[in-house]
Amino acid sequence: MSVAQTLLGLLESGPRYGYDLKRAYDERFGRDRPLHYGQVYSTLARLLKNGLVEVESVEPGGGPERKCYTITDAGITDVEHWLTQPEKPEPYLQSTLYTKVVLALLTGRAAAEILDTQRAEHLRLMRELTRRKQQGDLADKLICDHALFHLEADLRWLELTAARLDELTREVRR
Amino acid sequence: MSHTISSEAPMTGGRADAPPLLYGVDLHKAFGPSRALDGASLHIRAGEVVALMGPSGSGKSTLMHCLAGIVRPDSGRVLYRNDDLTTMSDARRSALRRTEFGFVFQFGQLVPELSCLENVALSLRLGGARQRAAEAKAAEWLEVLEVADVAAKRPGEVSGGQGQRVAVARALAAGPSVIFADEPTGALDSLNGERVMDLLTMSARRTGTAVLLVTHDARVAAYSDREIVVRDGRTRGGEPA
Ligand SMILES: Nc1ncnc2c1ncn2[C@@H]1O[C@H](COP(=O)(O)OP(=O)(O)OP(=O)(O)O)[C@@H](O)[C@H]1O
Ligand SMILES: [Mg+2]
Repeated sequence: MSVAQTLLGLLESGPRYGYDLKRAYDERFGRDRPLHYGQVYSTLARLLKNGLVEVESVEPGGGPERKCYTITDAGITDVEHWLTQPEKPEPYLQSTLYTKVVLALLTGRAAAEILDTQRAEHLRLMRELTRRKQQGDLADKLICDHALFHLEADLRWLELTAARLDELTREVRR
Repeated sequence: MSHTISSEAPMTGGRADAPPLLYGVDLHKAFGPSRALDGASLHIRAGEVVALMGPSGSGKSTLMHCLAGIVRPDSGRVLYRNDDLTTMSDARRSALRRTEFGFVFQFGQLVPELSCLENVALSLRLGGARQRAAEAKAAEWLEVLEVADVAAKRPGEVSGGQGQRVAVARALAAGPSVIFADEPTGALDSLNGERVMDLLTMSARRTGTAVLLVTHDARVAAYSDREIVVRDGRTRGGEPA
């Protein structure tokens, strides 16, 4: 996820101090991975340099947290562009897991166990998300659902691979 | 209601230190040459939701049926509160099934000639409740499962999702200690399946009812506290042999 465009998008709804911007981000998007202050200020500095934000006012004694940022027209165009571009679908996890499975088979290790372990880990996270979903509001449900569907896809792949392990073993060792 | 539906439900059921409520040990079952169970073991504690997963034909349903006293294993023991289901008389076993166990399956578990309300009331009547009391309580459960509006309809006149909620209401109404659910959401779309799981697990946790759930769907299994994988008639997932 692009932190820069997300911060920009947050600024589009109104000017904010650096500190408030970080808090708004963490509350909405950074539940699992809150931003570091350093990251917020370096990102803002870059956005400033590129003319996507401006400093509207500075409170006395101000470090960057005391600066109030506002989005420029160029910034709004940038957000618009980002929002309307589809994301590249990334099979990020499969490639790592596939590598592990093949390596295990090549070295005569128990590939089934790697798959089982991964499966249990996936389901553990799915359980956690399901619980969060049951307690949360609609926004939580939607965010958790997205993660759940992805984890489910991974799980299906794990199951299918487990079912094809004999076949794969023959192929890999040929 | 015999068990109050309180609002402060724990989100996970089953205390880790509680003794098992239901215990299957080293179960074997063959159908002709096919070995459906080949040394499967499983325990479930009061209030715990356990998911049984595994490939088709691995023995999940057979294991569930053995634990529920529907199928008698060839060997091994099934203990419910220290009573062995495999050695008790048929009469005692069916009495136990009626009073202690509830069932939710994928299809066809409601009596087609009765209204949804009567279906739920029936399980209470079988437990000894009088007609009026049974119907009042059945109506409350339909309310909890959000299907009060179909009370007067027959199962053939309601949607799959509504029918499943009625079936869950029926399973919960009699206040069982264990609910056995074999693919309870198998015929539902994901939103409906999810709502059924929400209502089933939340109600079960409130009432301290254990749930043994068979499912192929990881999103459904994610409503459990713990999963057990069945492969070739054997269990995996930290089950003591
Ligand atoms: N009543 C029966 N008569 C003969 N064979 C049976 C019977 N019940 C089950 N089996 C066999 O026992 C094995 C395990 O079946 P079971 O129904 O327990 O599998 P399962 O894991 O529930 O599968 P699924 O996910 O497809 O429902 C299968 O090979 C099946 O053909
Ligand atoms: Mg089955």
